Amino acid sequence: MAATADGAGGDGVTRRDFLEYAAGGMGAVGAAAAGWALIDNMNPAADVLALSTTEVDLEAIEPGQSITVVWQKKPVFVRRRTEAEIRDAEDTPLDSLPDPMADTDRVQKAEWLILVGVCTHLGCIPLGQKDTDEKGEYGGWFCPCHGSHYDTSGRIRKGPAPENLPVPPYRFLDDTRILIG
Amino acid sequence: MAAPKFENPIVRWIDYRLPVFTFMHHEMHEYPTPKNLNYWWNFGSLAGFMLIVMILTGIMLAMHYTPHVDHAFDSVERIRRDVPFGWLIQFIHMNGASFFFILVYIHIFRGLYYGSYKSPREILWILGVVILLLMMATAFMGYVLPWGQMSFWGATVITNLFSAIPLVGEHIVSWLWGGFAVDNATLNRFYSLHYLLPFVIVGVVVLHVVALHTHGSNNPLGIELRGKQDSIPFHPYYTIKDMFGLGLFLTIFCLFVFFAPDYLGHPDNYVPANPLVTPPHIVPEWYFLPFFAILRAIPDKLLGVVAMFAAIAVLFILPWLDRSPVRSARFRPIYKQVFWLLVLDCLVLGYIGSQPAEGWYIHIGRLATIYYFAHFFVILPLLSVFERPRPLPLSIGEPVLGGGSSPPAGGGGAGAMERA
Ligand code: HEM
Ligand code: FES
Repeated sequence: MAATADGAGGDGVTRRDFLEYAAGGMGAVGAAAAGWALIDNMNPAADVLALSTTEVDLEAIEPGQSITVVWQKKPVFVRRRTEAEIRDAEDTPLDSLPDPMADTDRVQKAEWLILVGVCTHLGCIPLGQKDTDEKGEYGGWFCPCHGSHYDTSGRIRKGPAPENLPVPPYRFLDDTRILIG
Repeated sequence: MAAPKFENPIVRWIDYRLPVFTFMHHEMHEYPTPKNLNYWWNFGSLAGFMLIVMILTGIMLAMHYTPHVDHAFDSVERIRRDVPFGWLIQFIHMNGASFFFILVYIHIFRGLYYGSYKSPREILWILGVVILLLMMATAFMGYVLPWGQMSFWGATVITNLFSAIPLVGEHIVSWLWGGFAVDNATLNRFYSLHYLLPFVIVGVVVLHVVALHTHGSNNPLGIELRGKQDSIPFHPYYTIKDMFGLGLFLTIFCLFVFFAPDYLGHPDNYVPANPLVTPPHIVPEWYFLPFFAILRAIPDKLLGVVAMFAAIAVLFILPWLDRSPVRSARFRPIYKQVFWLLVLDCLVLGYIGSQPAEGWYIHIGRLATIYYFAHFFVILPLLSVFERPRPLPLSIGEPVLGGGSSPPAGGGGAGAMERA
């Protein structure tokens, strides 16, 4: 579509039309790029992203006991489960779960259950870490905000929360230490 | 009317170059206001007054407040204890937010009762709903600033609503937070926006008033002005009436500020924010309770969030849901009753929102939610067709001065439809 000397192409498109579209297009790209900078500016900053690992010493935790550690500013539940709790979690038929997932896929060693302790409904911290806490109908955790019950594998069983408590990435450094993140 | 003549030569000199005085004269003296406005028409100017109060006290607070997770709580306590008159300014700002909402809610229900959202005032009404949304965002972010337990957990729960959005929800939430949880980055951006939004509200209020002055106020009869005899100048008649109302309002407001400053608040917000412990019973400020009740009435997370936003969004399309040509509920025998049912329904929703979501509260909350939407989507459209309005008076003067025999049914109705 070569433009003729007077600027009009064979199909009626003038050089001026081309310049208008090109300039308008560049303007839109520029505005979008600037807009992206403004939007991305609100995302987590490098120093926030850098706080990404937490080491936990498991030595002092007795069976049946839980501790809460902080990872990426979020509470992480570390529970040393009893035999009965493990059995409960493993024996639960998957089709009775709103968000089906086998207990064995949620732990590396059956005794140690590691979970991000943030309710998947609207972000409250479920109760169940202390002996005196209410643990809900399934013996795991209970979120007081809108009544979500989690089982001994941290799976949602009842209430408005749509998903199981997530398992953070972690690995065993040795038998008594884990690194989360 | 011709441009007014000003006596003062300086005023004349300025007005010739920048016609602010002509403008004021036009909007205050010449602006014809229906002569039958009652005190429900006082709430708009009261809300405007409150907006100024919030901005003034807010600017003063900002001179002492520290937006940092380690200092925010203490800096607000310092304002209340050590800063000269800080207690007064903080109490005014804190209670001012509540009273601002009381005024605006009454203002909205006034519009619902007298049909002020109907032609030709649809845009005026829509701008009002925009103001309501902006106020809600402002108040929500302001409540986070003192960084108490309710600040923190309110912020957590409300921002988490966005995680209900499919696919991108989680990214949006961490974008809102600027991190992986509500934290310092969140507090800082909320402070920045809390300072900004009130000025955006001022801008929308200006548009709201421009739209108002285009066709003038509606009135309790909901009929058009028939001529000069139906109106009086805004100033001095309504300025003085509004000031009397302001006196009454300030009396009540001061009772709270001076004698019960924490009555409308929540004691948990005097506990510094703790990201690892959720208070057993999280409730928003009272002015959000009806919407909170709608959110919880629906067992599905995404649908709950959608319903909550829809509860406000429905107001945007209200002028097209209610097709009845008669504005004022005074002449709509059935609408008048369902209006009060809606008021009751909103109060019930508010009460349910303040209670834990269990047992009977859940069922009542669901019924009240269904009724709320039914009012707008079923009852109003049906009434537009089936309700038989009572005859409208011919003019604003007629019901008072008498004008012979009463007009035939619908005789004045044409007035209401005139500009539709
Ligand atoms: C639409 C108007 C406004 C509303 C509805 C509003 C609402 C609120 C609310 C509910 C609080 C929490 C009060 C508490 O519990 O302690 C607050 C705090 C605060 N607001 Fe505003 N505000 C408005 C305008 C402003 C403006 C214009 C500024 C600054 C220029 C401002 C600055 C502050 C500051 C510094 C705080 C934290 C200190 C405190 O908690 O009292 N506000 N606001
Ligand atoms: S936040 Fe846990 S149930 Fe709603």
